[in-house]
Amino acid sequence: MADKTYDVIIIGAGVVGSLVARFLSRYRLDVLVLEKDSDIGTGASSANTAIVHAGYDPIPGSLKAEMNVKGNRMFDQLAGELNFSFERRGDYVVSIGPDEYGKLETLRQQGLANGVPGMVMLDGADVRRREPNINPDVSGALWASTGGICDPFSVVVAAAENAVENGVTLLTDTAFEDFIMEGKRIVGVKTNRGDFGSRWVVNAAGLYSDVVMHKAGLRPEFKIVPRKGEYYVFDKAEMTINNVLFPVPSETSKGIVVTTTIHGNTIIGPNALEIEDKEDRSVTPEGLSEVWQGALKLVPSLSLKYAIAEFAGLRPGGNAPSPNPNIHYNKDFVIEIPKEVQGLVNLGGIESPGLTSSPAIAVRVIELLKDAGEKLEEKPDWNPIRIARPRFRDMLPVEQKLLIQNDARYGRIVCRCENVTEGEIVAEIHAPIPARTYDALKRRTWLGTGRCQGGFDIPRVVEILARELGVSSLEISKKGKGSEFLVRPTKDVETE
Amino acid sequence: MLKQKYDVIVVGAGPAGLAAAIGAKKTGAQDVLVIERAQELGGILQQCIHNGFGLETFKKDLPGPAYAQRFIDELTSLHIDTLLDAMVLDVTSERHVSATSQWSGYVELDARALVLAMGCRERTRAQIALPGTRPAGVYTAGTAQRFVNMEGFMPGKQYVILGSGDIGMIMARRLTFEGAKVERVLEIMPFLTGLTRNYVQCLQDFDIPLQLEHTVKRIIGNERVEAIESVQVDDHRQPIPGTEEVIPCDTLLLSIGLIPENELSRKAGVALDPVTGGPFVDERMQTNVPGIFAAGNVVHVYDLVDWVTEAGLLCGRSAAQHAIAERKHAGRRVRMKGGDNVRYVVPHVLDKESLAESRQRLQMRVTTPIEAPVWVEVMNGDERIVRKADLYARPGEMVSIDIPQSAYDAVQRASELTVRVVRR
Repeated sequence: MADKTYDVIIIGAGVVGSLVARFLSRYRLDVLVLEKDSDIGTGASSANTAIVHAGYDPIPGSLKAEMNVKGNRMFDQLAGELNFSFERRGDYVVSIGPDEYGKLETLRQQGLANGVPGMVMLDGADVRRREPNINPDVSGALWASTGGICDPFSVVVAAAENAVENGVTLLTDTAFEDFIMEGKRIVGVKTNRGDFGSRWVVNAAGLYSDVVMHKAGLRPEFKIVPRKGEYYVFDKAEMTINNVLFPVPSETSKGIVVTTTIHGNTIIGPNALEIEDKEDRSVTPEGLSEVWQGALKLVPSLSLKYAIAEFAGLRPGGNAPSPNPNIHYNKDFVIEIPKEVQGLVNLGGIESPGLTSSPAIAVRVIELLKDAGEKLEEKPDWNPIRIARPRFRDMLPVEQKLLIQNDARYGRIVCRCENVTEGEIVAEIHAPIPARTYDALKRRTWLGTGRCQGGFDIPRVVEILARELGVSSLEISKKGKGSEFLVRPTKDVETE
Repeated sequence: MLKQKYDVIVVGAGPAGLAAAIGAKKTGAQDVLVIERAQELGGILQQCIHNGFGLETFKKDLPGPAYAQRFIDELTSLHIDTLLDAMVLDVTSERHVSATSQWSGYVELDARALVLAMGCRERTRAQIALPGTRPAGVYTAGTAQRFVNMEGFMPGKQYVILGSGDIGMIMARRLTFEGAKVERVLEIMPFLTGLTRNYVQCLQDFDIPLQLEHTVKRIIGNERVEAIESVQVDDHRQPIPGTEEVIPCDTLLLSIGLIPENELSRKAGVALDPVTGGPFVDERMQTNVPGIFAAGNVVHVYDLVDWVTEAGLLCGRSAAQHAIAERKHAGRRVRMKGGDNVRYVVPHVLDKESLAESRQRLQMRVTTPIEAPVWVEVMNGDERIVRKADLYARPGEMVSIDIPQSAYDAVQRASELTVRVVRR
């Protein structure tokens, strides 16, 4: 048993774990976050549609509906405090042809039942005027003014960073293996890097939340079935869509979305394919074709010629019945302090709208702890503000000049498509949560995401990482151990 | 030290940019600046350490850096300015250039003529929607070439190369020299896409198999490439089921084509040909924007560097001629300005030489009425060039005055003329 006992250990540093840590950092608690990967936010949080949903999709009465609407409301303040990119542009559910139009009203009624404010029905002409690239057969849209888009990577980084600045400990490359129990009470966790004692453990393990709860002997029937979604990303210089466009949803999915990202790229996706492998993020010709056909239905003028990236994400879909006895729904979130064991806050099946719900889930975790008798005492010096670091490409020339005058490294562009500077890269390598891999830098600075997909910057970034971390270029990896870029020096260099 | 205004600014110091700068300077351009994003001049030639360059230009078989060095030496002897390790952030159709570097900071420069010589970039796996996972170990051939030839590192041990482009074949040989195993070169088309000489010298001579009508069906491996699955394709480039083969490897190199790099051109309002991906140009390599020229792979992708050099020289000469004419012309222009009681004057600008041909009429309106005899006067500071008498001046009635041909000499001394309408 470890010497030190924490008050709370959080398993998983995705958007949920990071926000739970951030909200817990307000109180006099020793909090430890364990992340199995080399960086935070690499699971479901790293590959999704980046939409802050309004909340008309979930079944009324479900935890999903409640958390979605509550979480959505929290985003303005959270974005202000944590300084991540968030835009409340509103979103559209678009009906094509006369048959689909009727379904919009059903959706609006569902939204009203969930407490979604600011929904408006638009006719086809309204939609064509707002989004000129739309399928001309558009018959109308449900416009939800509270829908938004955000930078999901920076939500995770900002939340975790704010938590760390307020005293939370983060351990990456540290994988949960089992609980340490005393009878029915959890007193700690075993990991690949030793044991850690704790009074409380929060299961925020995302795709692996079923494995974690089974280790505690809970909900043996609960199973995460990863649902893969594939996407295309388009060159922002070539085509732009102004809005978030959903099709009329089916029974199982919100459908193939055509949307814009906070970085200005049009993206399309996702499809929805249930798979077994929790690490299978491969893209397939079939999946991409499905995404493409779905997107064309909304925006027929899209051209694959301008696609600059494809990726796949996994939604951690669960099978938990809703705690609300009045509804029949068995894919709800799990947010509970179970009675069967003591010392566990159990979260599971946090799939879409998980990103939107995450701040509300964090607040709910705190309420649950209070209900369980935990005396949460506020720290007088808690700082809710996380300062964002400079982003060269978003600045005015006059600001860019000043930035370079203060630190010449901001004058050197390393990623030529996205105009990311050496100054930004170095700052992220030495940030409170250091970026130590190429992908970690990519998620934070957006380098390598443009039309050349890193062809230009990879050798330069490898060199900078090696220099700043004080290691050989051979140790620099794309996403942690086993993904190193280089295998050995060339013969000339070896013999020197 | 950088100047604020140049006759010719060249964006890019690859073979096209070097030749353009040299061509411009030799044609008589006074100040020429080359801006380059790498730390050294020469562009991609610096990592092309194989030979095969200069057979047309120098009748010699040179490696890339040696070919580049000939132009770098000439550039230096011509005292052409350079700004290295610098990125051009913006160019306007008026040839205003914003650039940044660690050494210069953020600078804004103007050019009488601008040469776009940004070259091209490699197509990526995303552009052919290559299925599979996204591990480390998938590189464009050019990125791998930079690692091996410039940085001194091997990106893998066991390779499959997709695409029979020249860089891919050359890298197959280079990697073999370095002791790596190149398992296969796959080409989706039924024919070779690079030069035959590279096929013979780089693949055949080293027993590296080339499979035509084959492509990569998917990439395997989560952290690092573990294998690729290849597949044969039919006449419509569709996979033929049952022909799949898993080839173990730790690296996949892509040599699947090049795309002219025209993001800056677009910012300057340069029209692009959808077929080439490069600017529309005339026989002098001028784009649709007057004073903006383009040369090399930014216009269309070449197979031999010698033809890039040739295009660069032509482009540089044209740019210099434009700049020289522009400079001459700029000294000949006089701005017209409304003085006392004059709201505006048309034309706004007058070519001094126009008086050699004929008298020039100025038209204007007054601000306030004068119901008394007035002078309409054209002044160069305190010196009166010409005046005429009118009986009155009213805002509702246009006023005009002619500058006679006899005023030719007086106008030559002016850079600005003021017109005023005052009480007699």
